[in-house]
Amino acid sequence: MKLIPFSYVARNLWVRRVTTLLTAGGMALVVFVFAVVLMMGEGIRATLVATGQPDNVLILRKGAGAEINSGIARDQAAIIESLAGIATNGEGRPLVSKEPVVLNNLPKRSNGKPSNVTLRGTSQLGMELRPQVQLIQGRMFRPGTSEIVAGHAIAKGFRGTGLGETLHFAQRDWLVVGIFDSGKTGFDSEIWGDSEQMMAAFRRNAYSTMVFRLTDQSALAGVKAAIDNDPRLQVDAKPEIQFYAEQSEGLATFIRILGLSLSIIFSIGAVVGAMITMFAAVAQRVGEIGTLRALGFRRVAVLSAFLLESLLLSLVGGVLGLFAASWMQAVDISTTNFQTFSELAFQFKLTPVIVVQTLGFSLFMGFVGGFIPAWRAARMKIVDCLRAV
Amino acid sequence: MFILKLLLKNAFRHRLRTLLTMVGLIVAICAFGLLRTIVDAWYAGVEGTSSTRLVTRNAISLTFPLPLNYADRLRNVEGVTGVSWSNWFGGIYITERNFFPQFAIEPASYLAMYPEYVLQDEEKKAFLLDRQGAVVGRKLANQYGWKIGDQIPIRGTIYPGTWTFTLRGIWDGVDVKTDESQLLFHWQYLAETVRKLRRSNADFVGVYIVSINEPNNAPLISERVDALFKNSLAETLTETEKAFQLGFVSMSEAILVAINAVSFVIVIIIMAVMANTMMMTARERLAEYATLKALGFSPGFVVKLLFGESLVIALIGGGLGLLVTLPIAATFAKAVGTLFPQFRVSGTTMALQMLASLIVGIVAAAWPAWKMSRISIVNGLRQVA
Repeated sequence: MKLIPFSYVARNLWVRRVTTLLTAGGMALVVFVFAVVLMMGEGIRATLVATGQPDNVLILRKGAGAEINSGIARDQAAIIESLAGIATNGEGRPLVSKEPVVLNNLPKRSNGKPSNVTLRGTSQLGMELRPQVQLIQGRMFRPGTSEIVAGHAIAKGFRGTGLGETLHFAQRDWLVVGIFDSGKTGFDSEIWGDSEQMMAAFRRNAYSTMVFRLTDQSALAGVKAAIDNDPRLQVDAKPEIQFYAEQSEGLATFIRILGLSLSIIFSIGAVVGAMITMFAAVAQRVGEIGTLRALGFRRVAVLSAFLLESLLLSLVGGVLGLFAASWMQAVDISTTNFQTFSELAFQFKLTPVIVVQTLGFSLFMGFVGGFIPAWRAARMKIVDCLRAV
Repeated sequence: MFILKLLLKNAFRHRLRTLLTMVGLIVAICAFGLLRTIVDAWYAGVEGTSSTRLVTRNAISLTFPLPLNYADRLRNVEGVTGVSWSNWFGGIYITERNFFPQFAIEPASYLAMYPEYVLQDEEKKAFLLDRQGAVVGRKLANQYGWKIGDQIPIRGTIYPGTWTFTLRGIWDGVDVKTDESQLLFHWQYLAETVRKLRRSNADFVGVYIVSINEPNNAPLISERVDALFKNSLAETLTETEKAFQLGFVSMSEAILVAINAVSFVIVIIIMAVMANTMMMTARERLAEYATLKALGFSPGFVVKLLFGESLVIALIGGGLGLLVTLPIAATFAKAVGTLFPQFRVSGTTMALQMLASLIVGIVAAAWPAWKMSRISIVNGLRQVA
């Protein structure tokens, strides 16, 4: 069977430039929304998943679910610290960090509107447990002082958190002595200070969370069993990676569901646009269709030519939309993660999977929009077609 | 009248194309309305506020409590007419999916301060007398099929354990703005249980709600309250209930901005589709327009014809889109239940929907109308042959 040459298909689109552009433009917008939503969901997930370290384990009070809900009394912390299976650092100290985690309501630099920022009390060991955290400006806080260091997303976004600025809370002034970068993880959206100083300032007797490093991953089962068998410990132990992945679930799922249902509704508009264009293309070329058929091209060839035209049209839209969406990767965005009730900065992230999904989605729109017109073109009788000329 | 008939006849000359365009319009205008309604729903908490209520919270953030003994000091602040308090409970009913707010409140003063929660007298009495009792809004009760006397088990996340409340009353909102999706129970019950459990002082409250005599004095009274607790262990931040609720909204501002932007994107998409339709129409009728001109009609008439036809299609499509929005919004509201305290299409949204279709109609016709008004009669007529 002979197929109609591809150049015939492509040139037909080119002849009606304005119509092609309008139709493809409509599709490009739909594809843009579709891609951006997927990129947003992926960005949140990637940010939070990257926050956890593979060998780190996080302890929370049973059923707490989030760090701010949790509480671990000092005596409980002491028991956990002495568990077997916890790695030590070069100086022989167990790699454990006992951390109070609270929220501080701070005004944004841009509009003064307040949002909750995570405040974490930590220590030198806490830094060792998170090797991805690097100071990029200033220095580390000194233990035993009211000094703090801020994640760079916070320093950029919130008043009073830049290098050399001070924050006032819990009856003290806290001086920002350093800015850190945690390599696009959730810690970029946190402020860190000395654990014991924060406990004292907030008048707390219980830590919020504990993090420790396992000697190796196989030690996890032993540690978990030891914790579950001790009636004094009403706590959950979780690999850090799993904990942060769970923290991203709510927001990422919400955005994905909202975005996908929007994309589907929008795609109806774009499909209608493609259908109108393709019907018009068929109507204008009745004579040509007749000629092609008379020349010996089969119905299938006509059908595939028009379908191909529609697919090509949607591919143009898809590529345009994807190109526009790829620029969104340069945009930093931050919003409140309602699972942690605190601010989370993240980037739109374009992955190969998203590229494939997006192009597939646009081709699908082209197929749905183009099939009926192409079908109609293929069904026409040669005599009727030629008579129309 | 004649012109309108001509426009309608013209609009439906290419029936399939016009119908497809209208389907696109219906979907787009409907989606536009629903998106705006979602954004409105976010602000529902703000709409339901009263200007005579202030909220006093810990200055650090909402997650820090305030001591119970602040209540007496608050009562003595000039301009304050009543004080109540509440704690966010943050529990889970069966699974995480069933989200609704629960608050531990000081019942008598709280209900007095919220007259918009209309509760039968005997139900109110029963609630006040039962320390493990709870009251819920009508919408929440309907969603889970609760009846008076039912036991409601809720698993605490902030306060460990499973807490069981007996439903003592169901309130109706005084108007559509009133929140009917909350569960309220006795603060005393919470405090006593925590005291037993932790063997520690549990006399802390989440926020104080302060009623004031004169809405205009709100800034002044807020200042007085915050000055009172300045440099204390728990400094306070007092704001109107509206500002307090707006604080929550602004936290998810990025998402709201995105939804808003997207709602305009759909209008632009349909604009492109509609413009395409009008251009095809104009191209096909080149000869007709030339004939009209040859007969002596002015170029303005041709422009009017095109704009008229575009507007007829856009307004019919937009109107139908508006009509289908209402049942879809109602279904959606039922499906999401108490996730949004309220979900209804506002008058402004409907007006905006019509405005959007009007603009789509005008913009879509602009380019073809300009082009058609400029065709030379000779060239146009030549097309016929």
